[in-house]
Amino acid sequence: MSIFLDKNSKVIVQGITGAEGSYHTARMMAYGTKIVGGVTPGKGGQKTDQGLPVFDTVRQAVDATGATHTCIFVPPPFAADALYEAYEAGIPFAVCITEGVPVHDVLKVVGATPGMRIVGPNCPGLISPGKSSIGIMPGHVFKEGNVGLISRSGTLTYEVVDLLTRAGLGQSTCVGIGGDPVIGTTFVDCLREFKNDPQTAAVVVCGEIGGSDEEDAAAFIREHMAGMPIVAFIGGRNAPAGKSLGHAGAIISGNFGTPESKIKAFTEAGVPVADRPSAIPALLAERMAATV
Amino acid sequence: MNLMEYQGKELFRRCGIPVPRSHLCKTPGDVAAFIDQNPGKWVIKAQVLMGGRGKAGKIKFATTPAEGKAAAAEIMATPMPPNRQNPTGEPIHCVLVEETLDIAHEAYCAIAIDRTTKRPVVMASRFGGMDVEEVAEKHPESIAKFFVDTAIGYSPFIGRELAFASDLDPGYRKQFPAIVAGLYDLFFRYGAKLVEINPLALTADGKVVASDAKVELDDDALFRHPEFAEWQTALPLDEDETLATASGLGIRNFRRFPGTVGTMANGAGLAMATMDAVKNAGGEIANFLDVGGGANAERVRKCYELVVNHTGAKVFFVNIFGGITRGDEVARGIVQALAETTSRKIPLVIRLTGTNEKEGRKILADAGMTPVETMDEGAQRAVELAAG
Repeated sequence: MSIFLDKNSKVIVQGITGAEGSYHTARMMAYGTKIVGGVTPGKGGQKTDQGLPVFDTVRQAVDATGATHTCIFVPPPFAADALYEAYEAGIPFAVCITEGVPVHDVLKVVGATPGMRIVGPNCPGLISPGKSSIGIMPGHVFKEGNVGLISRSGTLTYEVVDLLTRAGLGQSTCVGIGGDPVIGTTFVDCLREFKNDPQTAAVVVCGEIGGSDEEDAAAFIREHMAGMPIVAFIGGRNAPAGKSLGHAGAIISGNFGTPESKIKAFTEAGVPVADRPSAIPALLAERMAATV
Repeated sequence: MNLMEYQGKELFRRCGIPVPRSHLCKTPGDVAAFIDQNPGKWVIKAQVLMGGRGKAGKIKFATTPAEGKAAAAEIMATPMPPNRQNPTGEPIHCVLVEETLDIAHEAYCAIAIDRTTKRPVVMASRFGGMDVEEVAEKHPESIAKFFVDTAIGYSPFIGRELAFASDLDPGYRKQFPAIVAGLYDLFFRYGAKLVEINPLALTADGKVVASDAKVELDDDALFRHPEFAEWQTALPLDEDETLATASGLGIRNFRRFPGTVGTMANGAGLAMATMDAVKNAGGEIANFLDVGGGANAERVRKCYELVVNHTGAKVFFVNIFGGITRGDEVARGIVQALAETTSRKIPLVIRLTGTNEKEGRKILADAGMTPVETMDEGAQRAVELAAG
């Protein structure tokens, strides 16, 4: 098993004929993702370079292919519309890669699509190593295994995964949840899935400053995942207050979103917080050895 | 995009939120002329984005044209002094001349986005006119919250419930729901991330008026409101944001600090972790820099020059994890940047891994540079070089 995504997941790409969409479709297929088609309004009936069918609407794509997952590469003004369309066509799982989606669009679409899981927006996607990948993560650094990983960042995820892989710790599923203030899938949503996933034996939570997702995650772990080995990392410990660094969500205001508050929450939940990414594998291995 | 008080109040007016009569002035002479034409008791308020105007002496009262002129001249003579959130201070280009209210009570009202519930949250408190973070610390129970279901939107009971829950003075009760309705309208109509009235005044004659206005619009939604382009250019970017823009970076991608280790990484998360790594190695960072995806030679050169020319960096630590970004392209960029730049040379520490890392390392080696293996090792080396 794995969470959210496995080798049978049938994936369509919304915006498949665009520059980003076509490039990453080829990469996902090369990784082994079962891409069954794509959608670009007005280009229905065409085939992509890989021979995939292009549809005008998501409903046509679902009817013809039985798609279960969608990966969205449309420009920001159209991202919410693409999500509504996927929802109405009955797709239960959407990954929105698009960066710069208006926050009100996200507020409305997550409120209006109960039952559909949205990952992102502004995220690198997710990967169940050895099985399938949706999004833009570089497949070659991942290795199949039993560690679940959740992260708000892209390249930092690759850094941590690379360290895990080199330490012989493969991954069940890695989810890049995105760095925006409002996102469809939070740490807690992923933790709940990892808790019930037979393949996942341990979890790494890569947080960063800003918001209270990490505190919520710590509370969930304390309450529901006491037995599972979990290690956390908080990026941006040296960031100044009142300024976002890169991610719109990575901002400390007042006492809100500080690294101290997050570290305290994890520590109180019995989750060690690595002071640097390179300390994660050893901490995790230690925890895993202790639980066996 | 943060708005100044007068801009926020313009949006308040459009959404039916009562605001005091006011006039924007660019010079002390304008203030004198306005008061001359409009006798009365006026308050002169510096128009800046920073908070703490009262404490900084940037809000003054005047009843005659001469007083108004003197007050405005004094306010505009010096910039807003720096504080923790804004270490550079802020110049004052205009003042708002506003009718003085006879205030009986001050309250607080705001709408923000709650990340956890993914809903707009309306907040009210009977403690107005003070720093809301201080209120949250000292009187957390006084802040009443309502999480709005966006599918239903605003309904007047929300305002009533909040007025009672936050124990607002009874004088507020009748007008409060309409004010929250106006705020909610503004919040959605203009795609705001935050709208705040602090203080929301109850005057001696029983009127509820927004005495101040704080509005933050979503930069990602500005394409829907081209009319704000004019305001955007009127709003000063801070120095770091100006430098970032001039180097082709996003305004959030560059930030300076007082240290000596310059940094550059691809991706905000990795860039923050890079700063942390330098701190862990005992060094002081000169900057945060997220070069973004697909860093090419031109971009790398500009970033090098940005750090070398505008920070106190004695060494430049480049930390690239090639995912979509290809290591060989970055390596070529670094070599080309150093060959082309006319800026002073500082030692480089390069950590390059991920996609095409072998090719990238070879390019660097051929140019006489030795890349380090890990982020920690790179940080260590950079800190040593900065100290030596």
